[in-house]
Amino acid sequence: MKILVCMKQVPQKDAPLKLNETAAWIREDVSYEVNEPDAFALEEALRQREKHKGEVVVITSGPARAQQVLREALAKGADRAIHLEDNAFVGLDAFNTAKAFAAAIKDEQFDLIFTGLQSDDYGYAQTGVILAELLGWPHATIIMQIEKNDTGIRVKRELEAGFFQFVDMPLPAVLTIQSGINKLRYATLIGIKQAKNKPIRKVALAEVQSAIGENLQKIERLYVPQKTKKTEHIEGSPVEIAKKLVDKLRNELRVL
Amino acid sequence: MPDTILVVVEQREGKLNRVSWETITAGQAIAAATGWTLEAAVVGGTASTFAAEVAAKKVGKVYAVESPKLEPYTPDAFAAALKQLLTAKQPKLVLMPHTYQVRDFVPKLATAMGRAVISDCIGFKHENGKLVFTRQMFQGKLAADVSFNSDAPWFATFQNGAFRGDKAEDGASPAPIETVAADIADGVIRNKPQEAFKEAKQAVDLTQAEVIVAVGRGIKEQKNIEIAKQLADALGADLAASRPICDNGWLPMDRQIGSSGQTVAPKVYLALGISGAIQHIVGMKGSRTIIAVNKDSEAPIFEIADYAIIGNLFDIVPPLTEEVKKVKAELAK
Ligand SMILES: Cc1cc2nc3c(=O)[nH]c(=O)nc-3n(C[C@H](O)[C@H](O)[C@H](O)COP(=O)(O)OP(=O)(O)OC[C@H]3O[C@@H](n4cnc5c(N)ncnc54)[C@H](O)[C@@H]3O)c2cc1C
Ligand SMILES: Nc1ncnc2c1ncn2[C@@H]1O[C@H](COP(=O)(O)O)[C@@H](O)[C@H]1O
Repeated sequence: MKILVCMKQVPQKDAPLKLNETAAWIREDVSYEVNEPDAFALEEALRQREKHKGEVVVITSGPARAQQVLREALAKGADRAIHLEDNAFVGLDAFNTAKAFAAAIKDEQFDLIFTGLQSDDYGYAQTGVILAELLGWPHATIIMQIEKNDTGIRVKRELEAGFFQFVDMPLPAVLTIQSGINKLRYATLIGIKQAKNKPIRKVALAEVQSAIGENLQKIERLYVPQKTKKTEHIEGSPVEIAKKLVDKLRNELRVL
Repeated sequence: MPDTILVVVEQREGKLNRVSWETITAGQAIAAATGWTLEAAVVGGTASTFAAEVAAKKVGKVYAVESPKLEPYTPDAFAAALKQLLTAKQPKLVLMPHTYQVRDFVPKLATAMGRAVISDCIGFKHENGKLVFTRQMFQGKLAADVSFNSDAPWFATFQNGAFRGDKAEDGASPAPIETVAADIADGVIRNKPQEAFKEAKQAVDLTQAEVIVAVGRGIKEQKNIEIAKQLADALGADLAASRPICDNGWLPMDRQIGSSGQTVAPKVYLALGISGAIQHIVGMKGSRTIIAVNKDSEAPIFEIADYAIIGNLFDIVPPLTEEVKKVKAELAK
């Protein structure tokens, strides 16, 4: 099986975010990490390759810094990588990101494409499904298990409120992967060494420019959400905080 | 012809999903702000059987989009059926709840029409004749006002809880219902879904818990769960967790709170090292009192907390456990 994994670089979970001068995006001088479900998608692709042979290719779009995500994936065992490298990719909406990916892989033949179920920065929850539609492939979302069979694959979809569902589908297909589908591996020292010799194909904006258009949705402004609830801060040393809180639990909330 | 807003409600096995009413409320609010007309659509094998329930609300019209091929749900059939309806009726704005099912087909539908979806919105603004939708970004740390930059139809989905379903206004008289037969060709549907099922029976029922101590990734390591457990034991509380804790196997799945876990409403919910992602919040925002301990003063959990303790949980929790034990021992005397 030949599997493509879309992996996005996003600001680290506890990175303090500040607005930039346009107030439509953040200042980019923060620490970054791989979008969490994308790491699970990579792990799943590596496991599928271990079972069925084939190739795992990782793709990202973003500035030079995003290469770090590809390096980590190669160190964990991905075979090669594709980097759509330009600052402009950061500002694309899901429709255009998917269009850029479709253009960048037009000469490849994948059996499966994995994306995360949503990104931690934009949180569109759309890129994978849009890509499937652009390619004319079937898709399934929020996937927690994948088994190959004679006619294609059987996947386990997570539904709401603790329900699940198996879906049989043909290949090629796009799947959006849910965090927790598997247990992540760490890169080994040998893996990190080998990664240095693995190919990263760079795709410039110019190469996919004709495939993408204007964003269909526009961020007018970004801001810190207004608080609507009255919150009381409990402050002091840990021991003081403990005393104040226990007093509340007992005398106001009456649960002690 | 005036512009129309079309709300596509969601049903499962003939029962309307509760969040459908929230989307109707949203549609009514946008209609009031813009002066546009509001219509609704129900989609399914026998959609006309529950269209009347929607037609009782204050909407201009209800379309019952029907085909045996719409049962069970598949993204291929839903996108095909709705594309036909939208092409024929040409609404300006299409609204849906941001459910797992809508996430599964609406990006496909919009892409098939060359359009975009502003997803998971929490509100809208109508400013100087321009409609913008508010959505959370960066896991709720920031909010964005987003506008459409394309021709109609525009698609927007609303987050669970963004509007009050019980505020959906009834109509003076039932709205007319138009049954629309969806024409779904053979071969369009590629996925074969099986029956939905629940994993092993839940052993723990947290819905009746009075006090819950919930741990998130701030707990760092499995062995540290003990710190939270001791506090829970001292309080006589139930222990619960955010999803990553259960994904890691540090606590069993049936202690997970949130959209893919349990929904709880205890008297007191104590969140330790939980950031407050919306998927967690939907499971616990009904708690009477929310106490949050987090080292990041900007963590979204503080937006819904009644009591905020900004600090390191490893410093805060052990003395708290001791204090609870001490007070309890005194009370027992
Ligand atoms: C479709 C879908 C369904 C989902 N369903 C659920 C669900 O049912 N339930 C759920 O919980 N999540 C769910 N999620 C995941 C959700 O989006 C978040 O990723 C998750 O809730 C984050 O968990 P967390 O707050 O524990 O971790 P993080 O977001 O990593 O937050 C950890 C927090 O701990 C704080 N912290 C770190 N160290 C300390 C310390 N020493 N002292 C104090 N604070 C500290 C940090 O400041 C941070 O705020 C779902 C996601 C999706 C996309
Ligand atoms: N710039 C990007 N680079 C790589 N993958 C991406 C990018 N944007 C989106 N994706 C993929 O699409 C998924 C869903 O993103 P989104 O639609 O933004 O929520 C992510 O989990 C990634 O797998």
